[in-house]
Amino acid sequence: MTIKEIQDEIVDEFSMFDDWDERFQYVIDLGKGLPLIEEKYKVDENTIKGCQSKVWLHGEIIEDKIVFTADSDAIITKGIIAVLIRAFSNQKPLDILEADTKFIDEIGLKDQLSPTRANGLVSMIKQIKMYALAFNSQNK
Amino acid sequence: MLDIQKIRSDFPILSQKVNGKPLVYFDNGATSQKPQVVIDAITKYYSEINANIHRGVHTLSQLATDAYEASRKKIQTHINAKFAHEVLFTSGTTHGINLVTNGFASILKPGDEVLVSALEHHSNIVPWQMLCEKTGATLKVVPMDENGELIMSKYDKLLSEKTKVVTVNHISNALGTINPIKYMIEKAHEVGAAILIDGAQAAPHLKPDVQELDCDFYTFSGHKICGPTGTGILYGKEEWLNKLPPYQGGGEMIKEVTFEKTTYADLPHKFEAGTPNIAGGIVLGTAIDYLNEIGFENIQKQEKELLEYGTKRLLEIEGLKIYGTSKEKTSVISFNIDGIHPYDIGTIIDKQGIAVRTGHHCAQPIMNFFCIPGTIRASFSFYNTKEEIDLMVEAVKKAQRMLS
Repeated sequence: MTIKEIQDEIVDEFSMFDDWDERFQYVIDLGKGLPLIEEKYKVDENTIKGCQSKVWLHGEIIEDKIVFTADSDAIITKGIIAVLIRAFSNQKPLDILEADTKFIDEIGLKDQLSPTRANGLVSMIKQIKMYALAFNSQNK
Repeated sequence: MLDIQKIRSDFPILSQKVNGKPLVYFDNGATSQKPQVVIDAITKYYSEINANIHRGVHTLSQLATDAYEASRKKIQTHINAKFAHEVLFTSGTTHGINLVTNGFASILKPGDEVLVSALEHHSNIVPWQMLCEKTGATLKVVPMDENGELIMSKYDKLLSEKTKVVTVNHISNALGTINPIKYMIEKAHEVGAAILIDGAQAAPHLKPDVQELDCDFYTFSGHKICGPTGTGILYGKEEWLNKLPPYQGGGEMIKEVTFEKTTYADLPHKFEAGTPNIAGGIVLGTAIDYLNEIGFENIQKQEKELLEYGTKRLLEIEGLKIYGTSKEKTSVISFNIDGIHPYDIGTIIDKQGIAVRTGHHCAQPIMNFFCIPGTIRASFSFYNTKEEIDLMVEAVKKAQRMLS
């Protein structure tokens, strides 16, 4: 699936929920299924700055695609990064770089978060794009 | 008995809805809400007497100056300072502490020691660390125990003739511990050290008597005692304030200025450079009047009931642990639930209209002591109710269900 297709799918899923608690419950459940980062990658340079809870994100190239893994000590944060990983993992660097991130606004998650947590979300996207940028320039 | 419903009607914000739910405001430790009289007094100042103080001969300037100085006197009476000029207006507790640490930069020498407690807010740690870096003095820490109480036997041992200043909060912001400051002040004085009391978390709950305490400095914030943000008080004994050099240079703090030499104004103006927060200073007096009308005894009684009830109700929740179990404690409950990050609880209960503080509460050393990333802190004020505590408990239970 392309990034756009996955994003549409996520937006679709979230549109089923009317209440904040259903939406949060879904995020929490997604967090439980997050592809976990290997312990050895849980180092300072893999932490995402701007998050109030601890978040680690690791990306590696497998064949020509970036595979992301992550972890956090807070479950809602895990859920948020799980949503992002679902959209961007297993995709080519250039596709990630060019991908739109509007779907985040469409699922209404950002509005549900406190400003500090919303900032963390923005930092996560930035970090994912940074990985894409780094791997993309390696390919050239 | 306080008529809580009547008191609540003094605070317009309390009838608000947040996320579609009635607001339950339990973040009083961070800042208190403001009663209508305080809000009105700000408008009244700007509508009727706004002018710069201590300079103009015109009527408005005189009225504003009189109101500002009357507020200083009111606060002098409130904290029982010997002189009005021992009461300095600041922008808050942090400003008060920095004013003192800045002054001590010209007093401390390498080899001198500064004692700070393990229970401090960052704002009562970092300025002293900066002071030590500047002067070569050493920072020593009075440790705490598992209950969140400072260990007085260790304090006694740390004190020596090398100790030049001690700094401690009256009440811990993160845990609610009421510290034995009377004892600590006496002991500090025995070795000839000065002592600063950070009263930020105490001023909302009690009336500090600075002469009875015999502390050298006492500082607190206006915004935590129903006053405007950006206001605060630093009390300093006259002899200390005379000894310390000015903090900032500017207008108002001078006697005479030439390019060769400037002489400084007398107290309190020596420490009040520039145009101050005039409205804030005046309205801080209004806030203190409001609290005194309710009466600190009544405030304490109500808050004690809330603390006891809140503790009992929260402990009904499985896996909930309260941090800060000192014998002398104010209406603050800091807690965590087994296996759940405090931010997650905070986020879910916010959706249910409950405002609490989550995180390290600017007291990372305390969190490190307990090996936790942070806590959820519910801090009650006299305008809170048991019904609100019930709402919080239900919200926390729901969060626990969702998150486990």
